[in-house]
Amino acid sequence: MKNKVAITGNEAVAQAMKQINPDVVAAYPITPQTEVVQIFSSFVSNGQVDTEFVTVESEHSAMSAAIGASAAGARAMTATSSQGLALMFEMVYIASSLRLPIVFPVVNRALSGPINIHCDHSDAMGIKDSGVIQLFSENAQEAYDNMIQAVRIAEHPDVLLPVSVNFDGFITSHALDVLEVLDDDTVKSFVGRYQPEEYLLDAKNPVSMGNFDMYDFYFEHKRQQVAAMEAAKKVIEEVGKEYEAISGRKYGLIDAYRLEDAEMAVVVLNSAAGSAKGVVDELREKGMKVGVLKPRAFRPFPFEAVQEALKKVKAVAVLDRAETFSTLGGPMFADVRTALYDLKNDIKVVNYVYGLGGRDLRLEDVEKVFGDLADIIKTGRADKFVNYLGLRE
Amino acid sequence: MATLKELAKVEERFVGGHRLCAGCGHGISVRMVLNAAEDANVVVGCATGCLEVASTIYPYTAWNCSFIHSAFENAGATIGGVEAAYKSLKKQGKLDKDFKFVAFGGDGGTYDIGFQSLSGAMERGHNIVYVCLDNEAYMNTGIQRSSATPMGADTTTSPAGKVVPGKQQPRKDLTAIMAAHNIPYAAQTAISNWQDVHRKAKKAFDVEGPAFINILSPCPRGWRYNTPDIVELVKAAVETRFWPMYEVENGKWKLNYKPKKYVPIEEFLKPQGRFRHLFAPGNEHMIKAIQEEIDNRWLALLERCGETPELPPK
Repeated sequence: MKNKVAITGNEAVAQAMKQINPDVVAAYPITPQTEVVQIFSSFVSNGQVDTEFVTVESEHSAMSAAIGASAAGARAMTATSSQGLALMFEMVYIASSLRLPIVFPVVNRALSGPINIHCDHSDAMGIKDSGVIQLFSENAQEAYDNMIQAVRIAEHPDVLLPVSVNFDGFITSHALDVLEVLDDDTVKSFVGRYQPEEYLLDAKNPVSMGNFDMYDFYFEHKRQQVAAMEAAKKVIEEVGKEYEAISGRKYGLIDAYRLEDAEMAVVVLNSAAGSAKGVVDELREKGMKVGVLKPRAFRPFPFEAVQEALKKVKAVAVLDRAETFSTLGGPMFADVRTALYDLKNDIKVVNYVYGLGGRDLRLEDVEKVFGDLADIIKTGRADKFVNYLGLRE
Repeated sequence: MATLKELAKVEERFVGGHRLCAGCGHGISVRMVLNAAEDANVVVGCATGCLEVASTIYPYTAWNCSFIHSAFENAGATIGGVEAAYKSLKKQGKLDKDFKFVAFGGDGGTYDIGFQSLSGAMERGHNIVYVCLDNEAYMNTGIQRSSATPMGADTTTSPAGKVVPGKQQPRKDLTAIMAAHNIPYAAQTAISNWQDVHRKAKKAFDVEGPAFINILSPCPRGWRYNTPDIVELVKAAVETRFWPMYEVENGKWKLNYKPKKYVPIEEFLKPQGRFRHLFAPGNEHMIKAIQEEIDNRWLALLERCGETPELPPK
């Protein structure tokens, strides 16, 4: 049974957490994630979940307690944004190296400084090399759906990695959206029960976790994490198919929108993909062959799927909502450009950094990008490959 | 109270093969504490530090019970998470066994970098025991001063130089700070008295809610003493009132040992290389300042324990 509801992204994610009914949640409030923690607390207070809710004194402790709980054999979650993710940075790496399937929503917000509470992806990009799986969500529906699938992806025996579910601060977290939620029993049977192979509370088989690992083993353990990330690509697609069967909504590694015959494409994460799709529909009316590629999984990076989706286009603009300060553009630009390099069909790939600190991405901005791509195709030249969108300078 | 013979029958949870230094207080303290858990299932948490590094070199472990280390500053939060998982799984009927939880941290992981995590765990009321193995400096990284380092000590970041004779500040009183969390049990003990360690560890395991124990744990490299003399040195720490043995149970302070006579602090300082410079001419004022600090803290402690605030007879 499906129910259509009008709720915010934060409410949708809290709802998903309620239906997953994790054994332990350890979290600390931070704008714009705060509502998730507040709403979930009320589920705990009203006995609507079996969860032991650990009201930690910081995000560092939030992830630490989630690690302890997950290692003990519990299904554990946390949730954060921005500075909170930066504070738990150390523990994110440890969670993934301990191979603990902790699921945690990240409500994307710009990192300080200067301090800012609005959306960009600098928080998420800070942990892109930490060994966690990163799913991105265009709207509240996807955030809700990703949360439920994240549990299965994280706990899959070939994966066993933390999964962060990203969605845009305020734009998605606070805006009211109409979405379909599944009924409790459907979610319960979809996520199943967490049965770890080795865990601290196994009285018969005590285990040492977090050992000191020297040059004789550390490298192999890191390689195993890469193998798990590689395996995650297939698992994300499989879980997506299973989820489609119960929800009717399709999920894979990427979302390719009107790319079949496209000459120009925009690659963009999260809510801005919705704006870009709207612009694509308008430009298609005018006869322009345009499309959008929205990576749903950013880590692992869906290298092959991106190649396949973009191999026939002539020009691509990668829109990054984060800076790297490398002077080589945003983080996703590097990955997409690398993926397309070996195709050797002279696809022009340019970068636009947009929306830092919550600056709106206007429809005109996306139109301008497609206009630029049309010029690049016409002239065969892309003189400036790092550009800033909607910036005064 | 069990006899030594009976205690010897309890299965060891911290076993041979670890690589702690000879004459280190950590192994002795850990075995004494875990012995008091008797036949319970125990999960041990551990902060980064000598104990963790020396006991879990992959693919080996010296732990004969479940053990988790995650980072330096978060032993309180990590063991708190383990305990939360236990409570949740137990409540849901997903687990039938009973467990006890204990975390070990050095003074670095407890007094300093892990202070916030520990304070949070204590305030939240997890049913855990936190044991600080206080060796009075960051020994694992090579003897740097901590807020537990005593005044006057020569460490690699408070070196005894031509102008500054070692650490200038007195120690942080962590046991009192833990007691101020109004937890059911906070205590300070010393391995020179195994009955006291055992009784306190047992009480800490038995109380419902968080318990904290501070154990003075000498470090042969950092303190520079003759390693076989470790127990004698701890005894001197207690007799000079440098390390008083006391406990705070449900807010009630109790002194567990009162030296019969006034033993000057030199008895504790002299056998240790880290204090050698204090005995050079011109540094008499440092020893005087250390003695004053100890006497003042002793009087304050006696008052808290409801005893007449007076120094032992000279």
